[in-house]
Amino acid sequence: MTGPAATRSAGEAPATVDLDGFRAAQQLAFACAEAVAATLEPGVTERQAAAAMRRWLRDQGVEEWFHLPFAWFGDRTAFRGFHSPHQFFPTGRPLAEGMPYILDCAPVVNGYTADIGFTGCLGDNAALDLVLDDLLGYRDVIVTAVRSGASQGDVYRAVDALAARQGYDVRHRAYPFRVIAHQVTRQPTDASARGRTVLGFGVAGTATLMRTAAVGARAGRSPLWNRGHFSTQPPQPGMWAVEPHLGWRGVGAKFEELLVVTGDGAYWLDDDLPHVRRWKERGIE
Amino acid sequence: MTNNERMVTGDGDVELAVTEWGSVGDGRPTIVVVHGYPDTSAMWHPVAERLAPRYHVVAYDVRGAGASTAPRATSDYALRHLVEDLAAVADATSPDRPIHLVGHDWGSIQGWEAVSTDRMAGRIASYTSIFAPGLDHAAAWAATRWRHPTPHHLRQLAGQQVRSWYVVAFHLPGAGALWKTGLGRRWPQIQQKVERVAPTDSYPAATIGADGARGVALYRANFRARLTHPHPRPTTVPVQAIVPTEDHFVSPALSEGLERWAPNLWRTEVVAGHWLPRTHPDLVARYVSEFVDHVEGAPESPRLQRSRVGVSDCRGVHADNPTRLQRVVVVTGAGGGIGRATALAFAAPGATIVAADIDPVAAARTATMATALGAESHARTVDVADAEAMEALAKWVEHTFGAPDVVVNNAGIGLAGPLLDTTVDDWERILGVNLWGVIHGSRLFGRQMAERRQGGHIVNVASAAAFTPSRAYPAYATTKSAVLMLTECLRGELAGVGIGVHAICPGLVDTAISTSTRHVGVSDDEQARRRRAAARLYRRRGLTADEVAAAILKAVAEGQAVVPVGIEARFGRALSRLSPAANRRLARIDLIPRFSS
Repeated sequence: MTGPAATRSAGEAPATVDLDGFRAAQQLAFACAEAVAATLEPGVTERQAAAAMRRWLRDQGVEEWFHLPFAWFGDRTAFRGFHSPHQFFPTGRPLAEGMPYILDCAPVVNGYTADIGFTGCLGDNAALDLVLDDLLGYRDVIVTAVRSGASQGDVYRAVDALAARQGYDVRHRAYPFRVIAHQVTRQPTDASARGRTVLGFGVAGTATLMRTAAVGARAGRSPLWNRGHFSTQPPQPGMWAVEPHLGWRGVGAKFEELLVVTGDGAYWLDDDLPHVRRWKERGIE
Repeated sequence: MTNNERMVTGDGDVELAVTEWGSVGDGRPTIVVVHGYPDTSAMWHPVAERLAPRYHVVAYDVRGAGASTAPRATSDYALRHLVEDLAAVADATSPDRPIHLVGHDWGSIQGWEAVSTDRMAGRIASYTSIFAPGLDHAAAWAATRWRHPTPHHLRQLAGQQVRSWYVVAFHLPGAGALWKTGLGRRWPQIQQKVERVAPTDSYPAATIGADGARGVALYRANFRARLTHPHPRPTTVPVQAIVPTEDHFVSPALSEGLERWAPNLWRTEVVAGHWLPRTHPDLVARYVSEFVDHVEGAPESPRLQRSRVGVSDCRGVHADNPTRLQRVVVVTGAGGGIGRATALAFAAPGATIVAADIDPVAAARTATMATALGAESHARTVDVADAEAMEALAKWVEHTFGAPDVVVNNAGIGLAGPLLDTTVDDWERILGVNLWGVIHGSRLFGRQMAERRQGGHIVNVASAAAFTPSRAYPAYATTKSAVLMLTECLRGELAGVGIGVHAICPGLVDTAISTSTRHVGVSDDEQARRRRAAARLYRRRGLTADEVAAAILKAVAEGQAVVPVGIEARFGRALSRLSPAANRRLARIDLIPRFSS
């Protein structure tokens, strides 16, 4: 395996070679979501879909996870009735015609973490189409706000304001720590932690995240991006998995992809992604 | 308009007295109107006179009534003979062109017989039934309900049974004699008192006693046979059912499932009693002429479009759903908050939405969302405080759809702070939006609904502040209290025409109003702080616009008068009734949140 000898710590802009690694990991994760989405049919359950993603990625040589794959169907895409974190885990709910679904997977590929979210629908759903169309606005608002040097909290509030105007519920609020984004890093090769997950989250990745959180907390920066007291600084340079998640009635939609934050700017790592292609196909700008 | 009278020979040498307005000469469609029991063709005169300028109108006395001859045998009054009579009148008055048939009461029963049997095939272009069902249809209707005896169905059966007491009575010996021994003489007064039908020189006819007595044969000759041995009776003729909801003899429920027999069906409910052609001749003439014109090739009027049974009823709305007829919904302040949530809550089951807001972008956004939920929707820009703008909106709605079914006067603004610091401009602004907006919406759309006579709902969004006095928001509470009183008064006024008026009184709802409320008597900075604090409080309270929208739909479905939404609103309402003194004491507390994040 080739790659940079040293593991980069959070807080530095990634090197070009690392960007290629992250991009490849992200492409593989989206390919997995699209491949599994193509097999979905009425009656398939969330558990079966999540297991299919896991199998697909394992066949591609993935052994390490930032978190195990998630799948949400129907109004669970909008996290309706979620009161406890265990409800995020895949259930036996079967997919039906017209139902929206979200596939979310976070494989570690050659040490590079991807974390992606893919929203689709079995058949037609005009309400979901509207939310998916509108998500483009959030992709623009986030990157523009980060470029302008806004704090994590201000970016979060800009997303809230847009959602309020458009009449959506902000559903990333339901995630643990109410995060709209979290940092991802190149994983150290720690043989003891490799492949191990606890409650669906990879031990190595989560440990890194928590270490960074503890260090940054006092400085008002956090690898967990929300609107709280630890998000008063602009996001640190590095890779961020950003996941704006909107809910409207029984429909939820999100995208999740990697944002590159550099010392003096920010950009989306890759534009060749399913949701971006969808906007282009529908002529949405 | 002059009319001609002549005799036409019907079935079995019965002579029928026919009255005609106008002639077929200039290509006018012929409308044949058939009266019921115990009437004569005079029953139709007010409607016929209104139709006469544009149509060739034909009325006749059914055998046994008025100036027509009366066969003696009961069996001579069987439906078969009545249809033969109708066919003879049609052939005599419009030999070359199919007629447009209109029936009331027994005239409607005959009409169903005529459109669902072969005798007059091709001779009837359209049929308007001032609703009474075909006897076979009624039998099938009852049988279906006995087979599925749900509480709802049993209630419907009981409702019709109560209305049909006289049918049973007419089968008893001596029923006819009753008419000759005084009922006939008293009939005009009875009809006026119970049915509010004013007698005239020609109506009820002088022959009422004899007509009433002979007409009993109609029941005896037909009811038993048809109700015990019904046949399936479909028709392909376009049918318009005008269903009076206050009918003491025919239950509106009998028109449920009519599309099974008449797939080409328009159905309109009218808040009126049994003698609709006498009490509301303008409305009946207008509905008949809209329908005849449409069948003759004119485009559907907005009312017809909305009353068509079939396409517009198949958008996931159950036939027994009470919201079924509440199909055009106007919401003011629909660009956000409670207004948007309400518009979308009505859109989801398929109502047509008119989203009105002062902000065109916000209104358009709501319309877009309603469309995504599968509803037809329209965005309109309006300042509810502006009488002319509201009149323009009302005119546009009436022109586009006819009167709306539900109007939600929701647009409102907030104002907080002491009355002594509230300027005249402040007062005018909040009175304009919160009170005048509701006044305009109520008076303009209320009039449209009242004239249409198909009921409707006016929902006024007041506030828990309407019954919770406080030094914190005197101007706001004043406007909302006025809205509540307006609603209660209007409810009384419109109850007689079947229009429900509802006040919704929400507590602290998490919407943009918390950040747009003007706080008087403080600096801009302090106002900004108070807005943030209020927004935080409201967010923590967590009462959503969707919950208020759900309460509005429920109020409309169940006819609730005043609906407090949220525990604080219910508590406030209870306290205002139990202890006004405690309420006054609470009013001294300044409730405006001062803490800030």
